Amino acid sequence: MSFAWSKPYEPTSALGQWMDSRLPLPRLVYGAVGGGYEVPKNINYFYNFGVLAGLALVIQIVTGIVLAMHYAADTTVAFASTEHIMRNVNYGWLMRYMHANGASFFFIVVYVHIWRGLYYGSYKAPRELVWMLGIVIFLLMMATAFMGYVLPWGQMSFWGATVITNLFSAIPLVGDALVTFLIGGFAVDNATLNRFFSLHFLLPFVIAGTVVLKIWALHLPGSNNPTGVEVKGPQDTIPFHPYFTSKDLFGIGVYLIAFSIFMFFLPNFLGHPDNYIEANALATPEHIVPEWYFWPFYAILRAFTFDFILPAKLWGVLAMFASILLLFFLPWLDASPVKSLRYRPMLRKWTYAWLVSFLVLSWCGGALAEQPYIIISQICTIWYFAHFLIIIPLVSRLETPLPLPASISEAVLKGKATTGAPAGIEDTGRGAAPTGPVAQPAE
Amino acid sequence: MASVPDTPEPSMATATGHVEGDEVRRRDFIFVATGAFVGVGAVAAVWPFVDQMNPSADVLALASVAVDLAPIAEGQGIKVSWRGKPVFIRHLTAAEIAEAEAVDASTLRDPQSFKERTIEGHRQYLIQVGVCTHLGCIPSGTAAGEVKGDFGGYFCPCHGSHYDNAGRIRKGPAPTNLVVPDLEFLSDTSVRIG
Repeated sequence: MSFAWSKPYEPTSALGQWMDSRLPLPRLVYGAVGGGYEVPKNINYFYNFGVLAGLALVIQIVTGIVLAMHYAADTTVAFASTEHIMRNVNYGWLMRYMHANGASFFFIVVYVHIWRGLYYGSYKAPRELVWMLGIVIFLLMMATAFMGYVLPWGQMSFWGATVITNLFSAIPLVGDALVTFLIGGFAVDNATLNRFFSLHFLLPFVIAGTVVLKIWALHLPGSNNPTGVEVKGPQDTIPFHPYFTSKDLFGIGVYLIAFSIFMFFLPNFLGHPDNYIEANALATPEHIVPEWYFWPFYAILRAFTFDFILPAKLWGVLAMFASILLLFFLPWLDASPVKSLRYRPMLRKWTYAWLVSFLVLSWCGGALAEQPYIIISQICTIWYFAHFLIIIPLVSRLETPLPLPASISEAVLKGKATTGAPAGIEDTGRGAAPTGPVAQPAE
Repeated sequence: MASVPDTPEPSMATATGHVEGDEVRRRDFIFVATGAFVGVGAVAAVWPFVDQMNPSADVLALASVAVDLAPIAEGQGIKVSWRGKPVFIRHLTAAEIAEAEAVDASTLRDPQSFKERTIEGHRQYLIQVGVCTHLGCIPSGTAAGEVKGDFGGYFCPCHGSHYDNAGRIRKGPAPTNLVVPDLEFLSDTSVRIG
């Protein structure tokens, strides 16, 4: 698609040629995920997570459509219809556990995917829009997951919906009116449940559309790679198919094993038992927490306990939204021309430190709203924002990066005595091109 | 399946599993085995998505109903709901039974005698699914005052099928008689349908 040496699509069959001149869909597929898409040859297993995220989205949409066939979005029967799915519908338990755990696994995959982008500098030019579309998808996922969690109409559903929609009441002047508008009443009720069901059905398809835009934007410059050095020539790339289709299939196998372990043996491990109690508008559970994938941001929300010019409540809401929105500016906050943290020793240490603060935040977000978790949340919140707003801009201007390899090809072969050729094949050593059919493993 | 030569040679052959001149290579076996395994797994994974469309346990649990026949007077008909469909239960008069038995079944489109449509010892109760065998409408003729059609039984208003008083198709597009469901008389005045 993007490189001059990409193999052109050449349909061999008469049907293929007939199709190609009328609806070149096979050409599109070939160029996007087939032999016509050239990928840096040094990408590692972190680069499986984009495909895994796509798989997770497909699993969510397929199981979600099945669940919608049996679920009823009405407060009088929503909880009962969820139990109906669990007990009566053929394989309904499987569909629901696949959907609920699938959401968690989707977030796990996306968090790893984001970390990959941070570590190897994938957000930098020329891939800023790929990164920003990713943040849009992340926000859409959060909205979708939140509304989906409301649908079973358990206690956590109801009070989660109440708490999260009340975030908007922090907005000065119009806050309360806005909340009433959003939930269609004075408390979370049937109108809220119905609109959440409608939007929960819609948003995954918006995500799918954004994914298409993201892949489109990605395939112009092509994938980044662990060195962060751009592709310079044909020696740096190999075709997506069969090399990365097979590598991705292996990754999918590993992913599905992990997914199955949770789905079949620990199906409620990532959920909360209170959501098996039907929603009660007159009693809040003692310990109310969102799903685990919201914990870091929930901790930021709760870290603001004091008024400072603005009320504490507004600070918390602003900080929570800002913690994600500031990621849109990351490509410009980081001024270094070097992408990969492999060659940025100073920022690498700082980024690991940020990762620790982020993990601590998620631990605090799932804990009770009391000391010492509040003070720890406050420290880590400061750390989180300082990393993006102070450390990255400063370090990217001050640090001296390590020397970059001249090319991907050189980085791969550097420091190795051999080319890693299979036993029995004459090793031509570093930098030597294969000389003939003998040195080219056929399979 | 071919085996790799016992004596390993430092050659292309051992490195790739390819044995010169051999038709089935080790890689072929691995490839086919993997594909077959994935295929079986994929079918197993798809089945729950298909099966969830089938009737759920709560629907199947309502698959039979017991009906008390005592309140039905001679000459009266009622409708009960079974599996979401109406079932016509008619307490036939002696005259209706005689008329139904007089018909020569061999002349009918769906030849069935009156005895085949009722149960020994309970002949006065004609119990049949009230769904026209043409395209699923509900024929009239059960309640007093409903149109009974040209043969004094049931008439489907959708496409004009006429059934006689034993529910046998006599005229119109329906291919078969009204369906008699599985029946079990629990007592003289109680029947389980389905």
